[in-house]
Amino acid sequence: MTELFGDFLYIAVHIALAILSLTFLITVIKVIHGPTLPDRILALDMLVAVAIGFIAVVGIKTGYTLYLDIAIALGLVGFLATVAFARFIMARGHIEEAEEGRPRLVSSENSMLAKSPKKAAIRPPEDRGPNGEKPAGVAVGNRESE
Amino acid sequence: MDAIVSLVAGLLILAGTFFAFVAAVGLWRFPDIYSRMHAASKAGTLGSGLVLLALAVHSGDTPTVTRALAGIAFFLLTAPISAHLLAKAAYVVGYGLAKSSVLDEMDESKKTD
Repeated sequence: MTELFGDFLYIAVHIALAILSLTFLITVIKVIHGPTLPDRILALDMLVAVAIGFIAVVGIKTGYTLYLDIAIALGLVGFLATVAFARFIMARGHIEEAEEGRPRLVSSENSMLAKSPKKAAIRPPEDRGPNGEKPAGVAVGNRESE
Repeated sequence: MDAIVSLVAGLLILAGTFFAFVAAVGLWRFPDIYSRMHAASKAGTLGSGLVLLALAVHSGDTPTVTRALAGIAFFLLTAPISAHLLAKAAYVVGYGLAKSSVLDEMDESKKTD
């Protein structure tokens, strides 16, 4: 009986590692894909949660629970990073109200914005794929110079 | 006793990873940032919290249990705060709601100030 449930725990740990790997991959692709900066920040926050789950599962699998402290510290860092990113979004200024006077759809209009050269010159940061942070900094510079 | 601990820990692990996976799927399936936030902050926190609880159940010694429970309490405290801050920042800056959303209650307050 004990062996049976021990086997169940073994199988559950391996299934959990597989599913967590898949979850991690999906979330990383979401960080890269975007399409907007808050989406990426949210995916990064989610990535921290998945990493903590990894640490806990590995702790069960190997019995090596020292990394639990690191999990708590990682949660703290993730929380502070999300807060700092939220402040950064606010400090970056209004994004879409500058063009039309009211907030517009982000998800469905990004592709159109990317194709239009004039609007793309106004707001390059959101639509340019993997390197989200650097063009955003460039955009801040542009906006301040306008 | 050992068998019960293994069974409960295994079930908690599977439930936690299921919720984490559902949260990652929700990041892709929901239409706008505000509804994605529901998936990431609620299901994601529940997923990692359940796996930490499984670790607390599995390892019987007091320091590990205490740290795991402290971690769960910490995540339950910080996840709503960070999600709320991010949502507020995104809304103030002007990221719109999805086309299918029926009510924007903060729209009025935005016009007055």
